[in-house]
Amino acid sequence: MSTMSESFATAGRLIVAADPNLLHIVALSLQVSLTAVFLAACLGLPIGAAVAVGRFPGCKSLTVILNGLMGLPPVVIGLLVYLLLSRAGPLGSLGLLFTPTAMVIAQVVLITPIIAALSRQIVADAWRDYEEQLRSLGASTPRAALTLLVDTRFSLSTAVLAGLGRAVAEVGAVMIVGGNIDGVTRVMTTSIALETSKGDLPLALALGFILISIVLILNALAHAVREWAVRRHG
Amino acid sequence: MDLIRRSFIATAAAAAITLAAPFVHAADRFITVSSTTSTEQSGLFKHLLPIFQAKTGIEVRVVALGTGQALDMARRGDADVVFVHDKAAEEKFIAEGYGVKRQEVMYNDFILVGPKSDPAKVAGGKDITGALKTIQAAQAPFVSRGDKSGTHAAELRLWKAAGVDLDAVKGAWYRDTGSGMGPALNTAASMNAYILADRGTWLSFKNRGDLTISVEGDKRLFNQYGVILVNPDKHPHVKKADGQAFIDWVVSAEGQKAIADYKIDGQQLFFPNAAK
Repeated sequence: MSTMSESFATAGRLIVAADPNLLHIVALSLQVSLTAVFLAACLGLPIGAAVAVGRFPGCKSLTVILNGLMGLPPVVIGLLVYLLLSRAGPLGSLGLLFTPTAMVIAQVVLITPIIAALSRQIVADAWRDYEEQLRSLGASTPRAALTLLVDTRFSLSTAVLAGLGRAVAEVGAVMIVGGNIDGVTRVMTTSIALETSKGDLPLALALGFILISIVLILNALAHAVREWAVRRHG
Repeated sequence: MDLIRRSFIATAAAAAITLAAPFVHAADRFITVSSTTSTEQSGLFKHLLPIFQAKTGIEVRVVALGTGQALDMARRGDADVVFVHDKAAEEKFIAEGYGVKRQEVMYNDFILVGPKSDPAKVAGGKDITGALKTIQAAQAPFVSRGDKSGTHAAELRLWKAAGVDLDAVKGAWYRDTGSGMGPALNTAASMNAYILADRGTWLSFKNRGDLTISVEGDKRLFNQYGVILVNPDKHPHVKKADGQAFIDWVVSAEGQKAIADYKIDGQQLFFPNAAK
């Protein structure tokens, strides 16, 4: 297990030295994934609530589709977004390929279904409990959906965190649409893939440890905020 | 509905934090070069590009792929310059009208890497086709890139030159991995297989396990790199002037010297040979 201990030591050294290259990579990872999560939540939460509460034709099949889309392989999404943004593709003139923006787009496509599907389940459960009450108060369906979203916000934060976890951990999509360009679109996961390619397994694993720590810290922060909010607003 | 208002404020704050921080922008003036994993992973570009950028102010963004993929990316117009190593594929690219002109930049060589135990008994020789024939006859494990890269194309040419019809004799011994040079070397290291590699990636590769160089020095193992400007007539957005500036620099005396200066552990990785 010499690789393991070497990796721990390397990870420690990189963190202590605050390697500027590493900081840039970490910052870009967070920026891309947090932006993607924010946009995906703006899309996914209303979609989830609408499908949970709405009574429109195709509601059931939409549920199945949303659940199914959670399993979309990142590399397929990467390929689709790549073909869309490539100069030869329909949006090629925007020149977005191999930019952080392209990576955000790919991650939004990847995690919106996850946030939508999970929040649909959460809101649907709450709807079962509160439908009569909300109806008797004369709430319209959109009003009811909004109320339920606010009411289940603590559970919904888990859905959003699931999306963040997926975004920050995936490599297939950002590798294709970002191109892993040094200093421009290189993020944590693509760096790990690159160092593995170079056969520098200890460094790759060290970056992996750092990525895991960051994800843990984000989750701890989210947890703390939630605890605080629960105490404050019940 | 105080809560709703408060959640909106919280969301807006989160949005401001994530979206307002601008993406770290490097130089505004940049070109995109599609190149091969060997030039990127060997560290050559990390050595060359800062010199070029300091001189011209042009940032070079490298997307490293296999040669086949790199050329396809340029065909779609997603690169300004290609920097690859498969002469036949490069000439086809030019003939199709996607490239302006192919210029030779540098060379290094391919090597046959294999386990120290040398199950096929080919180590130490110079004759690459003889070694391949022996490996096939011995059914010794062989890892192929299988990814349409320049190295893969060279490997297929060498099998053909050795008179081995791969389609007929492919078996469990021949492992087609469909991966880049580094991942393929990782695979070969873990199963003690023979593999054709470019010397640059091999020299910078760290997870060698029991692998060592088995065959080198055959002139058929020559590995020529070329550089091509993507044709602006096909793709009008190609940054013609800056792309050409990069090409002019790598074939200039200064660029050629910078290539020759790049060494790992005292060993030169690439040998400049641009036409004067």
